[in-house]
Amino acid sequence: MTHQNSNWDLSPAPESTGHISLKEHYGVFIDGEFRTPDHGNRFQSINPATGEVLAEITESSSQDVDRAVAAARAAYEGEWSKMGGRERGKYLYRLARMLQEKSREFAVIESLDGGKPIRESRDVDVPLAAAHLFYYAGWADKLSYAFPNRNPQPIGVAGQIIPWNFPLLMAAWKIAPALATGNTVVLKPAETTSLTALKLAELIQEAGFPPGVVNVVTGHGDVGAAIVKHDDVDKVAFTGSTEVGKLIQKSIAGTNKRCTLELGGKAANIVFDDAAIDQAVEGIVNGIYFNQGHVCCAGSRLFVQESIHDQLIEKLKHRMGTLIVGDPMDKNTDVGAINSREQLATIEQYIEVGKQEGAEFYQAECQLPEAGFWCRPTLFTDVAQSNRIAQEEIFGPVLAVQTFRTVAEVIKKANNTPYGLSAGVWTDKGSKIFNMTAQMKAGVVWANTYNLFDPTSPFGGFKESGFGREGGLHGLSAYLEI
Amino acid sequence: MTESNENSGKSDRLEVLKTYKMYIDGKFPRTESARYYQPVVDGTSLGNVCLASRKDVRNSVVAARSAQSAWARRTAYNRAQILYRIAEMLEGRSQQFLDELLRQGVEAESAETQIAKSIDRLIYYAGWCDKYQQVFSSVNPVASSHFNFSTLEPVGVVFVVASRDCPLLGLISLIAPVIASGNTCVVLASENSPLSAITFAEVLATSDVPGGVVNILTGRVEELSEHFSRHLDVNAIACDGLGAELDTMIKEFASETIKRVKIYNQDWSAEAAANPYLIQDFCEVKTTWHPIEQITESGASY
Repeated sequence: MTHQNSNWDLSPAPESTGHISLKEHYGVFIDGEFRTPDHGNRFQSINPATGEVLAEITESSSQDVDRAVAAARAAYEGEWSKMGGRERGKYLYRLARMLQEKSREFAVIESLDGGKPIRESRDVDVPLAAAHLFYYAGWADKLSYAFPNRNPQPIGVAGQIIPWNFPLLMAAWKIAPALATGNTVVLKPAETTSLTALKLAELIQEAGFPPGVVNVVTGHGDVGAAIVKHDDVDKVAFTGSTEVGKLIQKSIAGTNKRCTLELGGKAANIVFDDAAIDQAVEGIVNGIYFNQGHVCCAGSRLFVQESIHDQLIEKLKHRMGTLIVGDPMDKNTDVGAINSREQLATIEQYIEVGKQEGAEFYQAECQLPEAGFWCRPTLFTDVAQSNRIAQEEIFGPVLAVQTFRTVAEVIKKANNTPYGLSAGVWTDKGSKIFNMTAQMKAGVVWANTYNLFDPTSPFGGFKESGFGREGGLHGLSAYLEI
Repeated sequence: MTESNENSGKSDRLEVLKTYKMYIDGKFPRTESARYYQPVVDGTSLGNVCLASRKDVRNSVVAARSAQSAWARRTAYNRAQILYRIAEMLEGRSQQFLDELLRQGVEAESAETQIAKSIDRLIYYAGWCDKYQQVFSSVNPVASSHFNFSTLEPVGVVFVVASRDCPLLGLISLIAPVIASGNTCVVLASENSPLSAITFAEVLATSDVPGGVVNILTGRVEELSEHFSRHLDVNAIACDGLGAELDTMIKEFASETIKRVKIYNQDWSAEAAANPYLIQDFCEVKTTWHPIEQITESGASY
């Protein structure tokens, strides 16, 4: 049987790219101005869906990092820390509004640069980024209400390193609470997806922020390392892999730097036999194929109660067949391009590992574009707890399915991982939901839903998924001495 | 013989010496390594004290892990009553703690203050057991039809390196907030002043604290720090006054498993040294989402 829905093909509905403005090359944003360093080192940012070069970006030197940190320090010691919370908040409100005004431009650039479907950039990444700025803007003059019996104070210069999967959203998650609490920022976007962070820097300039409050330096991992190790950085905030998170935690061990880490995950998404199955299938698909599976909280381990396994997998395969994989700029696209050649190689390697380990392999049948980096939505059934595809973070559209019989069994299996970022539970029974969500060793638990985010909702992990929270009231403490 | 028994006054009776053992899983074993050390105060030995080994650390972590989920599942009210019970038992043993603090070289006035504050501190945290959650949790007004709330959960197993200089109050000032939320812990007592830690274990053992919730080792932090900071089943570490070199080493090893490391260098006798933020330091924030059904015309109205 084929799971293709070929009678229902949709006509192409490409988003126009004509109204965006991108420079041919970008300098670093330091002390309120874009500056082209003398060393002239640059690299290309490409569209992963086509291979086309979008812009050239500066490979920052350690001197560039020094200048950015110095500018952030001067801004912190100067105007920014003396400014009242109400005025700080108004700058953030202004930035949130201007981002909303330019939301279409940001969404298009985000999809061009990162490969994610325009529908997600437009409906998730950009509106959520603006919402984060708006939410934390309002905290700036209310901090004493957040921490009873305390007089919270800013930390100083925050070095912030963000990943390539939600480039603009992660920039907003980092910048918004840092500025609301009176810190200044040196931000390093990921090397494959720096464009929206640079566009955000333009917006910060346009919004009239005091120079040096936010600085953006671009480049590869050594630029991030230079920020982390810089003597004049007081706080490090990192989102990325657990491997790099460990290096960062180690490298600042001899300092008093404050640190928050939002690292990898291998979330269990658990479906009980009393769940609403069609709803659960939607949640499974959203859990693993959203953003091509480039999501640290992706529901990459599916646990299905044995009695409904066959029925659920049948429905899931059917649903996978209806996913539209391809041009990120098409408004109908569900699954876009893999972010980079390197990430595609990693995913393909894991798919090989899964086959060799003896799990049963399934991919949705669909046409893939010829240029660019692509991976079909992938499913492995008959996966063992010891398989690498059930233990390691793949960061791609690859789902590993296991079965269980009892509640006690699935709790053990789900928690049997060094990670603890997120989990999902599907059941129609209220008391089971409260038991399961309480038992999951994970920072975010979705019950009868998955992959939802909100600025008021704290996000972050247990165990090796990191420490500290981003979002909500709890996200403030990462940037304050309490 | 009969005569000598009848006449045995304080002066000529041979004192029964106490064997200072460790406290693991609710029992009082010697170190499995059978090693000892003799802390010396003003030229006088405090006795033969167990010199804990790597294996003792591992056994204690197993005990702490085994006890953790059941301790966390106790009601907050019950944990509060047990912390209060520890205070009651400590009060009744004040004289013994005074004697031992004096033997460990603490001045009499300071020792009395330390004991009084230790008792009060336990009562302070007993009161927090069923309140910190209300202070630190939140219901989050998400912009979609979901009920979303964040609560604190215990981080799990915490390794506590107790204060060197404040052997009773420093110890209790960390144990109480750590276990108040449902964590279990392994505590390394002050190397030079271990007596009050072991006697405190006797208090714990008679206070309805389940075995394994608090485990107390005696020994050398320099020898054990690598083992507890690299241990895969320790979630967090609390250190007090170890100095920069050891702090750095512990933090470096802790990074291998992303442990939470909290360094305290504070005066535990200060009132501000007791606060619910110490409970929060050993908690994780968990956020839970659930959809709210939206059916037109189904809303309640007056």
